[in-house]
Amino acid sequence: MERQGDNEFDAERVTTTIRQNKHLEGALLPILHALQAEFGWIDDTTIRAVALELNLSRAEVHGVISFYHDFRTRPEARPVIKLCRAEACQARGSEPLANWAAAKAANRIAIEPVYCLGLCSVGPNAMIGHDVYARLDEASLGALIEAL
Amino acid sequence: MQIRISDDALALACGADRVTTAFAKAAPDADIRRVSSWGMHWLEPLVEIDGIGYGPVTPADVDAILFGTADALRIGRIEDHPFIASQTRLTFARAGKTRSLSLDDYDATGGWKGLRAAQAMTALQIVETVTASGLRGRGGAGFPAGIKWKTVLDAPAGRKYIVCNADEGDSGTFADRMVMEGDPYMLIEGMAIAGLATGAGKGFIYVRSEYPHAIAKLEAAVARSRMIIAPFEIEVREGAGAYVCGEETSLLNSLEGKRGEVRAKPPLPAHEGLFGCPTVINNVLTLAAIPYVLAQGAEAYAAYGMGRSRGTMPIQLAGNLKYGGLYETAFGVTLGELVDDIGGGCESGRPVRAVQVGGPLGAYFPPALFDTPFDYEAFAAADGLIGHGGVTVFDTEVDMAAQARFAMTFCAVESCGKCTPCRLGSTRGVETIDRIIAARDLAASSSVHPEPVEGSSSSGDPALKERASTRSAQTELEDAVILIEDLCDTMKFGSLCALGGFTPYPVLSALHHFPEDFGLKEAAE
Repeated sequence: MERQGDNEFDAERVTTTIRQNKHLEGALLPILHALQAEFGWIDDTTIRAVALELNLSRAEVHGVISFYHDFRTRPEARPVIKLCRAEACQARGSEPLANWAAAKAANRIAIEPVYCLGLCSVGPNAMIGHDVYARLDEASLGALIEAL
Repeated sequence: MQIRISDDALALACGADRVTTAFAKAAPDADIRRVSSWGMHWLEPLVEIDGIGYGPVTPADVDAILFGTADALRIGRIEDHPFIASQTRLTFARAGKTRSLSLDDYDATGGWKGLRAAQAMTALQIVETVTASGLRGRGGAGFPAGIKWKTVLDAPAGRKYIVCNADEGDSGTFADRMVMEGDPYMLIEGMAIAGLATGAGKGFIYVRSEYPHAIAKLEAAVARSRMIIAPFEIEVREGAGAYVCGEETSLLNSLEGKRGEVRAKPPLPAHEGLFGCPTVINNVLTLAAIPYVLAQGAEAYAAYGMGRSRGTMPIQLAGNLKYGGLYETAFGVTLGELVDDIGGGCESGRPVRAVQVGGPLGAYFPPALFDTPFDYEAFAAADGLIGHGGVTVFDTEVDMAAQARFAMTFCAVESCGKCTPCRLGSTRGVETIDRIIAARDLAASSSVHPEPVEGSSSSGDPALKERASTRSAQTELEDAVILIEDLCDTMKFGSLCALGGFTPYPVLSALHHFPEDFGLKEAAE
């Protein structure tokens, strides 16, 4: 399982990451993705750097970051399990499972909702990093929680 | 011996990698190939050994399969399986048969034939072929693809774009993901043909970030096919977890690096789309259908289907179904055939109670409407929509008032905030449904206990309950139902895009078809 994005912020690496993507058309989203992949979240200083490089206001960059669920402006130190809570998984029992998982994970692991992983015939489903898990029940999800 | 195992995300989620490792260990001389998925999801991980299928396989089954004693898992020749044999696979013709990134496999199965045909035609001829095929946008709106292309072709020469909408956010849908992961060159070929047809030099594929496997496959496929589609160029872009970005104008804003807010139309994207340039924006399935249309001709495609819905639709059977998966067939199959005959009813063994067609914005159908044929117009006539072809099945455990509440909650969370009916209406909708649920629960508990008993009902906000108890629960309920109908009317006609505009479909269909779940008497419309 890959663990990425826990590097410390460093002005030079922030600038390098921005400049590697700056040439793209509509570069802001690719830049934000690259920064988050590198550092795990996007802090205020980095927002300033992005605004400066792209000739945008900080408010514009903040507006984009806050619009999308994927971007974080606070670090998440805990491991994250994204558990699908959309209709197809609901139909296969994801809601009781999610309540159970939240209790089981306590505060040690973040159980975040995700709306559809596209595995709708074999739910309930979850994603950890880029790894996907299907047909979850208390036993298999419990094992994933304990392994993290 | 050739062993074929899918490396589609769904197969991986079901443990296909562990099964592959087990086979590699147990049969070191075998030619193990990772192929696309057949789409028989209840059988994943599905293993095909010299044409014979076994599934669902766990690493513990590997020895039994190799010794020929795994009769319980053996399904015979996969192509003869009724689930596959009864389909008409045009878009998914290669599913399960090819290695998704192999250019040799793609060539050997008729790949690039459509592009070569298009290269020998004028732009107008390509557009006319697409128009004649009757192909309609598979993203949900069902707009004729040829007309959209014609508008972009007719726009003044200059910078034009092809944008592939791969932000498949609807729950219960996965056909886009299966195309991108299983047959990415077909999508690339379709985009290159769209480029030739309209004079666009560059294409973007906007993929949701929840699909990392699809993004990886597409990036590899784009890199490998660069010279084949040149001078047309394709870039893969990752979304960032906003459902509304599946709406085309919101997607264009997102591609431009902005907040994914919806744009008012007109101007249509075909006139002023990405970066203000004329843009064809089509769903994955629309573009993926193009190579067939060009290679086999418009008539071949139009020969399938019914009425104004021509060709085939990859239908996604999802939720609580025994046999879930990808079922591509000509338009016209009925909902009941899909759910009961093909899908086998609920996996839980309970009866089917409700079927949501078309994702979170689609209507809930009761079994009484199972004779509705899968066709754009027939679904619209039944106050529903086909959308992206997702069919999500619920058993009798479902609480339809809770599903209606979820539809409003989802809209509130995912609303881009630009228009008031959607931004505020969805929140007011959640509150109103909460009032209905509170009144329902109160009425139910007071019918059990003639005197209202403190704290007797099972759920809901105490303040709402108190309010409900001071008035007659029945009056409160009736008022709230009138209010939700009115609110849905405002959202439907006042919202800028389908998010606010279609959220009333699941809400009202739940209310009208399942009034008993809202504490109403049957047929109290």
